[in-house]
Amino acid sequence: MADTQGLRVRLTQDQPIPLDIDLYCRPGEVLALVGPSGSGKTTVLRAIAGLHHPEHGSVGCQDEVWMDSARDIYLDAHQRKVGLVFQHYALFPHFTALGNVLEALTHLPKPQRHERARALLRRVHLGGLDDRYPRELSGGQQQRVAVARALAREPKVLLLDEPFSAVDQVTRRRLYRELNELRRSLSMPIVLVTHDLEEATLLADRLCLLHRGVTLQAGTPLEVAARPVSALVCRLMDQQNLFTGQVMSHDPQNRITRLRWRGLILEARYQPEYAVQQRVCWMIQSANVLLHRRGRHSNGDRENPLSGTIVEYMVLGEHVSVLVQVDRQLRINLAMTVPLHVARRNALAYGEQVTVSLLADGIHLMPFEKLRGDRAGEDLV
Amino acid sequence: MDWQALLLSVKLSAYTVLFLLPTGIWTGRRLAYSQFYGKSMVQALLAMPLVLPPTVLGYYLLMSLGDASWAGQLLKSLIGHAPVFSFEGLVIASIIFNLPFAIQPMQRAFEAIPRDVREAASCCGMRPAKVLLRIELPLAWPGIVSAMVMTFAHTLGEFGVVLMVGGNIPGETKTIAIAIYDRVQAFDNEAAAVMSAFLLFFSMIMIALTYLITARTRTFHG
Repeated sequence: MADTQGLRVRLTQDQPIPLDIDLYCRPGEVLALVGPSGSGKTTVLRAIAGLHHPEHGSVGCQDEVWMDSARDIYLDAHQRKVGLVFQHYALFPHFTALGNVLEALTHLPKPQRHERARALLRRVHLGGLDDRYPRELSGGQQQRVAVARALAREPKVLLLDEPFSAVDQVTRRRLYRELNELRRSLSMPIVLVTHDLEEATLLADRLCLLHRGVTLQAGTPLEVAARPVSALVCRLMDQQNLFTGQVMSHDPQNRITRLRWRGLILEARYQPEYAVQQRVCWMIQSANVLLHRRGRHSNGDRENPLSGTIVEYMVLGEHVSVLVQVDRQLRINLAMTVPLHVARRNALAYGEQVTVSLLADGIHLMPFEKLRGDRAGEDLV
Repeated sequence: MDWQALLLSVKLSAYTVLFLLPTGIWTGRRLAYSQFYGKSMVQALLAMPLVLPPTVLGYYLLMSLGDASWAGQLLKSLIGHAPVFSFEGLVIASIIFNLPFAIQPMQRAFEAIPRDVREAASCCGMRPAKVLLRIELPLAWPGIVSAMVMTFAHTLGEFGVVLMVGGNIPGETKTIAIAIYDRVQAFDNEAAAVMSAFLLFFSMIMIALTYLITARTRTFHG
């Protein structure tokens, strides 16, 4: 049974956007609500904070009930001990950085407030900027004031609504590090809303993938990315290598499931929950597509080898995103990520022929559904 | 210079502003933040004095405040005499005539406060009354002040409605605008010129003040 010290949220509504949410966030855990625009993630956050009143459900933290439609309990935002960092920070423009934090410290006796507010600003690395007005602060500094203000109330839950979307890439990296450092000292549940999967993977212990107001899957970011429960989750997690195939056989002894795909037999991780002859969707993360080194063969090369032509070659910092066309007629491409130095050493370039291996352990099966732009039938050939 | 008329005008303006300050804040805030059935209708009605000729508004006020109307009877029982052709009647007329001048700038001022700033105040633990006092009023204050300045200046110069509802009774309903008309009718151009110049400079100062306040608002919001 789950412990009851964390944040419990259960929401259902039909209007203005349909919601059917059930989630739990442990104390000290960062839970990312991830989903495309309109998936309802911000609405969930607002409902936790008491800024949105859903039709049915309950919200509670520790021994407190903030909302319970069955018992007609509904506490307003000011009655819930919630710290919320808004997407655009929502600082009070007529107060200084210190003043903004002071406004959230009214639960303390007056003589203690200034000292506490200064300590909070120092904690978010803003010492010395106490007297600046929000308009005199950079985006990153404003975000830090917003975090200090959210923590000032000693909240039972910290909510972050896309807090990094309004700052540049360099500042964002620095703020990620700061948040990671800060969260280690915090013991409350932290809910982070983001549409950025990389951000969720970097910052969250668990993520909850929302789509049209419904939780599709919850788990650690790596788990959800590597083992999506459906093709839709796979697509929302931005996994490009999604195909259809047919289960050929199971080999429990070697923990292998064999899969037919385009006339090839692929070896996959043992997944006996899918029956032999059953049509399935399958995926593999681009990191599990391995490049064969030219002229130096290894044992791993025998694992699901495939040849193809490079049809896209994009340098993304220290990595290269490569698309290998394994079937020209059907235009079936495999996406893979290669470290830049490996790509250079193997002289990868547009139009080059390469051989790759699909790691059996990385091949994940999902229930069959027709795929967009559809090669569903042809994949099986 | 008809000092009695000037004093009466200032008194009328002050009463109007005093009444419209709380009313305007409440109504402007309500129109800015709440959605309710018939909101557009309410806004349209409140804007009517902007487009109606003052004489038309004055005529209807004269009718509705007269002895024959229930409102006139009610007011008569409250103040002891008929509201028309009295200072009290002028105040009522002036309030109604100034509704859009007071409410609209206040509504815009409240609308200019981002929703998330108000919500952040709630999330900081502020009760609604405290959000109003600590966040909304300080941020909307320049808009509220400029609404009050405009209302004051506008009442000072109002002619049509005052003449229709109040007539021209010295010390009771003869405001400075009426006094100017009165002096011109009596070929006393000198007195009319002095009073006109006074109203001209006064209005200019008021308008300048309003622009100054509005410019200061921008430093907060942008």
